[in-house]
Amino acid sequence: METAKYLFLFIIFPGFLFTALVGFFSVWVDRKVTARVQWRVGPPFLQPLYDFFKLLGKETLLPKKGSPLVFLAAPIFSLMAIVLVSTILWVGIFWKQSFIGDLIVVVYLLIIPSLSFMIGAMASGNPLATVGASREMKLIIAYELPFLICLATAILKSGASIQLAVIASSPVIASISGALASIVVLLCIHAKLGFTPFDVAEAETEIMEGIFIEYSGIPLALIKLTQAMMLFTLPIFLITVFLGGMNFSGWGILWSILKYVLVLVLIIVIKNTNPRVRVDQALKFFWLYLVPVSIVAFLLALLGMIYGIAWL
Amino acid sequence: MAKSVITIGPYHPLQEEPELFRLTIEGEKVLNIDVMVGYNHRGIEKLSESRTFDQATFVIERICGICSTSHPFAYTRAVEDIIGLEVPERAKYIRTIVAEIERIHSHLLWMGLAGHFLGYNTVYMWVWKLREEILDVLEALTGNRNNYAMFKPGGVRRDINPDDISFVLKKIDGILPTIEMLKKAILDDPVLHARLKGIGTFTREEAIDYCALGPTSRASGVARDVRKDTAYGAYDRIDWDMIVTENGDVFDKAVIRILETYESVKIVKTCLQNLPGGEIDLNITSIPPGEGIGAHEAPRGETFHYVRSDGTNRPVRHKVRAPTFMNLPTLKATVPGCTISDATIILAAIDPCYCCTERMVAVRSPEGDLLYNGDDLVRLSQEKTASIMKRMGIK
Repeated sequence: METAKYLFLFIIFPGFLFTALVGFFSVWVDRKVTARVQWRVGPPFLQPLYDFFKLLGKETLLPKKGSPLVFLAAPIFSLMAIVLVSTILWVGIFWKQSFIGDLIVVVYLLIIPSLSFMIGAMASGNPLATVGASREMKLIIAYELPFLICLATAILKSGASIQLAVIASSPVIASISGALASIVVLLCIHAKLGFTPFDVAEAETEIMEGIFIEYSGIPLALIKLTQAMMLFTLPIFLITVFLGGMNFSGWGILWSILKYVLVLVLIIVIKNTNPRVRVDQALKFFWLYLVPVSIVAFLLALLGMIYGIAWL
Repeated sequence: MAKSVITIGPYHPLQEEPELFRLTIEGEKVLNIDVMVGYNHRGIEKLSESRTFDQATFVIERICGICSTSHPFAYTRAVEDIIGLEVPERAKYIRTIVAEIERIHSHLLWMGLAGHFLGYNTVYMWVWKLREEILDVLEALTGNRNNYAMFKPGGVRRDINPDDISFVLKKIDGILPTIEMLKKAILDDPVLHARLKGIGTFTREEAIDYCALGPTSRASGVARDVRKDTAYGAYDRIDWDMIVTENGDVFDKAVIRILETYESVKIVKTCLQNLPGGEIDLNITSIPPGEGIGAHEAPRGETFHYVRSDGTNRPVRHKVRAPTFMNLPTLKATVPGCTISDATIILAAIDPCYCCTERMVAVRSPEGDLLYNGDDLVRLSQEKTASIMKRMGIK
């Protein structure tokens, strides 16, 4: 019975199926808002779903010189990791169930998609994919440091708890340090999603989708699905940790959905009003500007905790 | 770190035309670049020699879809050079108007594409929407959005209707605020500054050595513009400025193009307001034997045509040199040493037009030089057709 319950949680709700469907909805919002910003009409509501099923029916080509097992395993690992993150987050939101240290687990799981994309790209043996993988590696190094320091700030603000349910119940953003950390984490999430200006690893007009260049058919569909799920899950993660969490009782439903849509649209607008930066500029941006900001936020939170000032 | 070779082209999302750049890279750094064109040789010069002087104008127009006035402009000047004629004053003004509106549309097109190459698709879509207004103007004046069919040796094919002038002036005035907005949005964006300033610097000396043309040379401080250097069209009758900047980087090339759009608007407006009356065509009946040259400052630089006539109604030799032919080698000076990300925007900054530049390439094999003449090409083509037919089982 326990197994069946966990399987249901992982596969149907709130795991794979739910995340995929809301993920496709987020992709549609992304494409529609992007189109409106660019004075275009944009795709119909079900377009992301059509794209996904069409890709499933396409031929899967394997690179001759690559390592097929690693190449094909990478998309599956990334998909599993992001489904697991979504399950943990939503079980916490709906049933208020969480375990001590689930924040740490989620942080680890969130690196897995980027890592497995990188390994899959390396396994394809394509020089452009190698360039893309090296860029992805540099990008991970760039954004993980400020990301972790800001999470430490959130942990401090919520009374040194590493349990998502506890952190979610305290609106971290309602303080100077929390607000600073939220902005930094928003940008880190932007880089994790691989959106312009940080889409260096894909960079269509430079290295032709870089890390994904050799993927086709079902593996590519899985990658697109993973990215759709990330577009849903990462904003939810930001809301859970920094913006007071999602709340599905009474008027809280509207407020929660509004928070999600606001974060999503903010990400989409940033994406559409910036050109792509170079990877060295991205590294410089994260380390020279965002790391000092996150350290300041962390110190403020520390001072606030020591002297008991909530707004610091 | 190991060196590897990546290719941009022959099919690549960066540019829609077939061309090949082989970048030797070490990590992110580009060590060397190899430029190859010749994937889509169309034999336009030969085609033009099989047409009459009037018909050839239409073929020449189709060399390039973007600068489809520049080639006929240079060609008609070459034919008029053979005869030794000056076209009527009104025709000169009309030619200038069409050429300058084309420059506005071409520069806007480049701005959009440059945004796309940088991953800034919003700029791409916005600029291309604004460009539609200019295409409307061209349609009102010439009847076509592209390939205007306005030029003929001896004058222009179609007069400007006085009723259209107010419409064109209104449209041209209407586009100024949007160009102004774009200028601010593009030139004041700190991220764009970081991406474009000091990238692909092309020095004044190099610009002279490589014989760079158009905005590519003017961005490096070489004041070279056919419109100023030789008096033709209505360019010597009106007041306008040549835009020259000093740094030679990609940013300056963008600045040149944006500011040139203003100058073109100024030229078009002055021409329309001072449009002289009179004939628009000399009605040339025969072309004497002889040879002539014609040049026009296309949006990308000087387009040069050479035409020889033997007294019949067809040119016996027609030679075309498009500006990209001179600007492509400059990549040898600007690309090595930069990163892959910069290489793509430097490639785009010369505003390359490969379909103008396509020509036969003789392949050099390790055994010696392979030079193809006409008979060899026919033989190669027949061999290829035979092999394809054999493979597909066609008898």
